[in-house]
Amino acid sequence: MIRIENVSKRFGRTRAVDSVSLALPAGDSVALWGANGAGKTTLIRCLLGLLRFQGRIAVGGRDVLRDGKRARLLVGYVPQELGFHDELGVAEAVRFFGRLKGIARLDAEAALASVGLAGHGGKRVRELSGGMKQRLALSIALLGDPPVLVLDEVTASLDAVGREELVGLLGGLSGQGRTMLFASHRPEEVAVLARRVAVMERGRIVRTVLAAEFASAHQGRAVLHLVMAAEHRDRAVRSLTDGGFAASLNGVGVLVHVAPEHKAAPFRLLARAGIAIDDFDITPVPERTP
Amino acid sequence: MNAISAQAAALDQPVPRRAPSVPSTIAAVAGRSLRDAIRSRWFVLYTLAFAVLGLAVSFVSAAGAGGAGLSGFGRTTAGLINLVLLVVPLMALTAGAASIAGDRERGMLAYLLAQPVRRCEVLLGVYAGLAGALVASVCLGLGVCGAILAARGMRTGAGSMLWLAGLSIALALGMLSVGVLISVLARRASVAVGTAVFTWLLLVFVSDLALMAGAVAMRLRIQELLTLALLNPLQVFKMWSLHAADASLDVLGPAGLYALDTWGPWLHAVFGGCMLGWIVLPLVAAGLCFSRRSPL
Repeated sequence: MIRIENVSKRFGRTRAVDSVSLALPAGDSVALWGANGAGKTTLIRCLLGLLRFQGRIAVGGRDVLRDGKRARLLVGYVPQELGFHDELGVAEAVRFFGRLKGIARLDAEAALASVGLAGHGGKRVRELSGGMKQRLALSIALLGDPPVLVLDEVTASLDAVGREELVGLLGGLSGQGRTMLFASHRPEEVAVLARRVAVMERGRIVRTVLAAEFASAHQGRAVLHLVMAAEHRDRAVRSLTDGGFAASLNGVGVLVHVAPEHKAAPFRLLARAGIAIDDFDITPVPERTP
Repeated sequence: MNAISAQAAALDQPVPRRAPSVPSTIAAVAGRSLRDAIRSRWFVLYTLAFAVLGLAVSFVSAAGAGGAGLSGFGRTTAGLINLVLLVVPLMALTAGAASIAGDRERGMLAYLLAQPVRRCEVLLGVYAGLAGALVASVCLGLGVCGAILAARGMRTGAGSMLWLAGLSIALALGMLSVGVLISVLARRASVAVGTAVFTWLLLVFVSDLALMAGAVAMRLRIQELLTLALLNPLQVFKMWSLHAADASLDVLGPAGLYALDTWGPWLHAVFGGCMLGWIVLPLVAAGLCFSRRSPL
């Protein structure tokens, strides 16, 4: 359903995506896994035709650059954060994107209800919480029942509750025969949603493993979500990376992957660097649910 | 069928599905753009300001004429032409400039282009929606003005008002094209709006002064002076409005007389061609840039 052939994308001298090839048959679910800057989001943007690139990407046999409109008709896309006009009504947004997808008669309330937003159609987008906005984006992505879902770190800016709800919703969708390609920093999402994991480093896919193998490699590991002031986040990621941790930025803090016996180590390291942590939560990486 | 070709068939299996037509996509984007414009304060504020200033100009002009209305080109029309020259370009330039750049800054543009749409459809939709808002604003402003003046028994000349409304709309569309081009080129909405205001200042004030200075310092010939004037859409609007209101172009000095002598009955076509150029060329340039630039 998705065929990515030898795709490269440069930004000036930086090779953001480097000769990536990946094929997803219908019904497959692949997670793009990697640190910030690994090229996951750039690859997704290439697939959506938002960026020009070398190589070829086809969705359902339709080239995303030459026949982009028809290729994107097959794709439902959920971004990291929804950038709607604040004054836009929720149901109005659903109807607008429905028209863009060629759905003449659309029951916006039913579409919203399918993602747990029943009764919110009359609100303005600005009145929705972060998690509700992501569910709105998901309801829009599902309009017209597209065979492909593309998700770009959809839980990055959500709190633990919002994350759990959204992953639950997506988990229900992944079993319905849709082809799913998504970028994620979170092993627990990968474990629930993916069949295969494409591990990206510096723009390349360095290996592709089954999600079960990936989960067992992360068994017993946990993800620390450290909340801190925005001005400390970049320095915290550098300190943690230098200290040997896999750390990355997310919407409101820093994510750190830790082994079971080293959960306190990032705290000590950041305290030595003089970086104050305002809050944290810890998520164990679950075993894959068959 | 061997295993490899079976897998290839599964990968490329096309799903029968019809993409929405071009007019339908443009109409959907235009509708959203129009609703956003009407919802935002600029539309209401500009329309109100335009109507109030128009009324003020009309009453002052009529009072200056001893309360007697004037048919054809009169003080009222002249006052309204000057008002349109100031307000309409500012309104159209800033509305256009804020459009694409604002959506890009919010992340809305990338999300929109990730849908089954073509970039030219989005650009034309945004343009059409804003054009609708501007047409409504100009018609409301001049309409309210004309209606109140008529109710007060001041004759302004319906023909003059209609010409003025038509030419104001043409000027608004031209300036909107320039605003949209600025918006496509700018990375941030604030930069786009700032550039639009600078362009407005350039067209309204600086170009006049530069033309005068150039005429004296470089001893420009009259045809060069006219050509330079025609490069400014505001000058085109001014000359065309005066010509349409049956006023003699000699009020514009030697350049106006030269235009009258040279083109005579073709003046409407010349002005119309210039204005059409200002509507189409920046929009085409915006389309070309928009199709090449990243929406991120």
